[in-house]
Amino acid sequence: MAAQVIRTDGATSDWIHGEIQRLKLEKEQLENRISALESQLHTSTSSSPVAKIEENSSCSITDGSTFCANGSSANALSAEMIYRYSRQLLLPDFGVEGQRKLSQSRVLVIGAGGLGSPVAMYLASCGVGCIGIVDGDTVELNNLHRQIIHTEAYVGKPKVQSAAAACHAINSSVKVVEHQGLLHPSNALKIVNQYDVVVDATDNLPSRYMISDCCVVLQKPLVSGAALGLEGQLTVYNHKGSPCYRCLFPTPPPSAACQRCSDSGVLGVVPGVIGCMQALEAIKIAADVGEPLSGRMLLFDALSARIRIVKLRGRSSACTICGENSSFTKEEFERFDYENFTQSPMSDRTRPKLSLLPESARITIKEYKEVLDKSERHTLLDVRPVHQFKITSLPNSVNIPLTDLEKELPKLGSMLNDSSLYVICRRGNTSQTAVQLLHQKGFFSAKDIIGGLESWAQEIDPKFPIY
Amino acid sequence: MRLTLEFGGGLELLLKESVKLHQVDVTQKSGEDKVTMRDLLSWVKGNLIKERPEMFIKGDSVRPGVLVLINDCDWELCGNLDAELEEKDMIVFISTLHGG
Ligand SMILES: [Zn+2]
Repeated sequence: MAAQVIRTDGATSDWIHGEIQRLKLEKEQLENRISALESQLHTSTSSSPVAKIEENSSCSITDGSTFCANGSSANALSAEMIYRYSRQLLLPDFGVEGQRKLSQSRVLVIGAGGLGSPVAMYLASCGVGCIGIVDGDTVELNNLHRQIIHTEAYVGKPKVQSAAAACHAINSSVKVVEHQGLLHPSNALKIVNQYDVVVDATDNLPSRYMISDCCVVLQKPLVSGAALGLEGQLTVYNHKGSPCYRCLFPTPPPSAACQRCSDSGVLGVVPGVIGCMQALEAIKIAADVGEPLSGRMLLFDALSARIRIVKLRGRSSACTICGENSSFTKEEFERFDYENFTQSPMSDRTRPKLSLLPESARITIKEYKEVLDKSERHTLLDVRPVHQFKITSLPNSVNIPLTDLEKELPKLGSMLNDSSLYVICRRGNTSQTAVQLLHQKGFFSAKDIIGGLESWAQEIDPKFPIY
Repeated sequence: MRLTLEFGGGLELLLKESVKLHQVDVTQKSGEDKVTMRDLLSWVKGNLIKERPEMFIKGDSVRPGVLVLINDCDWELCGNLDAELEEKDMIVFISTLHGG
């Protein structure tokens, strides 16, 4: 085992003096770091929706503090580094050279969620010189099943703050830069330009197009991962002749095909697996070892325990962004409207509310509560999928999922028997589609409950579970 | 012609019983001795897709955001719609994911 031997004989007092000197230096560096963080706390209390770069937090790692001052060569690793990273230094394919490159590299992790958690933790533990983390969200309790970098103590606090603290707890010798806020075309160039490798650990389509375009414009390799449900995907874009995201997907998919973890669910370990492999690819590129996953894509199917690695097309000469005749400039990038291009929002919080129905066909949750209080005869139809209905439901509600509604209409008709019909779902979107269908099929009394079960929990019964 | 088809990234939800793996027999069109990806797509649309075909097909190809792989190789490298299939080929249709 790796117990450190403390030598106490007189012949080694020189060594002890040296060690004391070294520790004192380390202590001083830590104290500097603490006061820098404390001053950051005081200056960054106003939270802007878009990430700001603080002038004193650029990712420069040229101070050489991680290297041995009195070593035989300027590039030698310090004693502490040798001890900390010994198990990876022992790898012939990685070794001192790999470690040295790693400790001089700067990696940007965009998104501190399910993918970004293991990415940031592994990058910190293995000794990447500088790690930048971008995220505009705060930690929520329902993140913790998969976003393993965060802990209960940080619920309600910014994810970048939580992630940076965790990285520092693992390895105080790496530099961590917090980019609090959403990455946006207006700030992306300035942030991304400070790094050598970019990791896309975001959760939405417009961000994926934006990050890929930005990496093409700035010539940065992009380690891109995605996970949903029980599947994951991973590849390296814009590196060693590999395509960019737009070469593969020049046209965005219809927004109906853009499922989110908050709608479709995700098993925590699935982004964990993909995030670990993103960290691995970022480390390989930063240390310049092995063969990167560029020009290939890894497809992971957790349920059947299958991993497939497929060969992708090369860079497309006709690509509007990275192709031969592309004239896509930084200025165009900054003006590009990615949410409009993909018809999909960058943040869950800016998701537009669907509005399919006239006001007369909708009631508020408070009005529905009055219906209940007056014991008015009615039927409450819940149109969520069966597995969601099993999570929680209102008493006396009847579950017919929207997908089955049309064929179950006769059953619904006999159940109604002239009573009024209210339709509910999770957030009040599916229920509108259902009411539209019901009106078309002659159920004119059907009314949508605005805001669904979420508004029931928010406005009527705070103990009602939210998922 | 016996082929193995796999659907993923949510495309399986468009099929009967959401099954991902399918062993299928696709017959050549009369007078033709080969099966192309174009033929296969229309066969899949007619025989496997149960709902929302627009989430799989657009025009005579797959909708944007779907990767097609023939024996673990991007179909762009094999001739796209004109790629000729062979007995026991494995064709994967996968929708790109964005979650994290
Ligand atoms: Zn491209």
